[in-house]
Amino acid sequence: MDRRIVKDKLVKNSSALLLGFMLLVVLLIFIGLILKSQPLLESHPLGDILSKSVWAPMKGEFGFLPFILGTVWVTLIALLIAVPLCILAAVYLVEYAEDRLRNMVLPLVNVLAAIPPVLYGVWGVLFVVPVIRDVIAPLFGLQISGYSVFAGGMVLAVMIFPIMMSIMVEVIQTIPQELKAVSLSLGATKWETIQHVILKKARPGIIAAVVLAISRAFGETIAVLMVCGNIPKVPNSLFDAGYPIPALIANNFGEMMSIPLYDAALMFAALLLFIIIFGFNLLSRLILNKLEAPH
Amino acid sequence: MANISKRLQKEKIAKLLMQLSGILITGSLFLILGTILYKGLPHMTWEMISQTPKGGFYLGKSGGVLNAIIGSLYLAGLSTILATLIGIPIAIYLHVYVRQGTAISRFSKLLFDVLFGIPSIVYGAIAFSIMVFFGIRASLLGGVITITLLTIPIVVRTLDELLRTIPQDLKHVTASLGATRWESAKVMLKYIRPGLFTALLLAFGRAIGDVAGVMLTTGYSDNIPKYLDEPTATLPLAIFFQLSSPIPEVQGRAYASALILTFLILIIVLCTHFLSSKQKKHQT
Repeated sequence: MDRRIVKDKLVKNSSALLLGFMLLVVLLIFIGLILKSQPLLESHPLGDILSKSVWAPMKGEFGFLPFILGTVWVTLIALLIAVPLCILAAVYLVEYAEDRLRNMVLPLVNVLAAIPPVLYGVWGVLFVVPVIRDVIAPLFGLQISGYSVFAGGMVLAVMIFPIMMSIMVEVIQTIPQELKAVSLSLGATKWETIQHVILKKARPGIIAAVVLAISRAFGETIAVLMVCGNIPKVPNSLFDAGYPIPALIANNFGEMMSIPLYDAALMFAALLLFIIIFGFNLLSRLILNKLEAPH
Repeated sequence: MANISKRLQKEKIAKLLMQLSGILITGSLFLILGTILYKGLPHMTWEMISQTPKGGFYLGKSGGVLNAIIGSLYLAGLSTILATLIGIPIAIYLHVYVRQGTAISRFSKLLFDVLFGIPSIVYGAIAFSIMVFFGIRASLLGGVITITLLTIPIVVRTLDELLRTIPQDLKHVTASLGATRWESAKVMLKYIRPGLFTALLLAFGRAIGDVAGVMLTTGYSDNIPKYLDEPTATLPLAIFFQLSSPIPEVQGRAYASALILTFLILIIVLCTHFLSSKQKKHQT
């Protein structure tokens, strides 16, 4: 008897220790990022770093605006493509499709989630970039390489399909049958019911899904890096090249460490990502947890 | 209300749009797989998966990417094992030892949810600076540590969801039979066993596909690693490097490597699917 209790205590304490260790790691990552980006923050005011658009590390100028806007551009393009598609498809799967179709499509969408970013990048280079170069850009009378924020946004849109679809389908499924029945019995068509009842009721969940997708898009590194062109200039149109924050870190880390403050600037970029993504994730999880709570 | 036919027409258009969206989303998967298959298949040779790079490999001479395949398997395998060893006790702790709904359980679960979303480049950057600080060079060990941190949240979250499906009765019965909480945890682990492997496969899949985390920490090498402190090639990084080469043969190898990675991922997906349907049967 004694030994069993000792064993129980042992497991309890060691697993508590592991949990504590993980919490500590997160804290350490955060503190480490702040400490490492300190040199940059000491010599340049935060406002300048975030609002200036000149990136010339050799001259000691670290304006993050091109990277911030690069990230914002690709994320917005991805959302503009993916959000309407996902909402429509999710509604269809829940409200119209038969069980068999639903059980076939959802696992396929989940396969998209399993595909590694680098393969999205390969697909972007082999398919999306040529399509933009040879088909879409000529429509606007442009001759470009195809490596652009548009390509980045398209690839990202496909990458965020699965996370948005799975949450939206789940949220729409939780809407009580009675609500729909009332609307239909009042003479509304199914589409009107969807517009005025289902989408209204599902709004918090849809917002949570979108926020989660944004944070996913913000952090995506390699796939975007492969198709965006990576020029540190503020993009002005769909077809301009962009340079998102994660690509900046991945491309330059480990090299050029001899340039003063470069290291700190890249760490600051990582800190920026960490804070933004942490915040967005937290927000959407809080919304989702609240939605789950009554059940 | 009079124009009922107009309203019905709207309904039809909306339905069509919805069907189109569904087709586009599902179709994108086949488009990706198709593109890789179409481009990769002509360059696929037995040499690619059976040999390490020979001299002049990156100029288009003979060799394969066996080093990267083995490197990726080592890296993903070791990280998954470590992540499991750390993740299972944490998930068990949060479900068995901590009372549900308390501040610590809610806070920890929220934290793992959030951690799940932190991009690997952040882990990579921080791990890299730590390695520079201690003077450790890029190596398999560095990669394993980075990827383990990346995969722990996956293991914990998946297990958490599984443990939530366990009927309360099971817990009560074990407790009423006089089992300690650890003994009852063992019963619960048995109950979710197929799902447990799903969690491992998910972690493994994420680990084998990650680039941003290993780019800075694992390095690259033409040899198959023998020890933990050697730099190691990984398949995604091999794809990335070869694709940026201007030489057509090397680019072709990138496509073939992408095909190999796709194949590995699809195997993992199939196993996951099989196991989770088994878990469902297991429970009813």
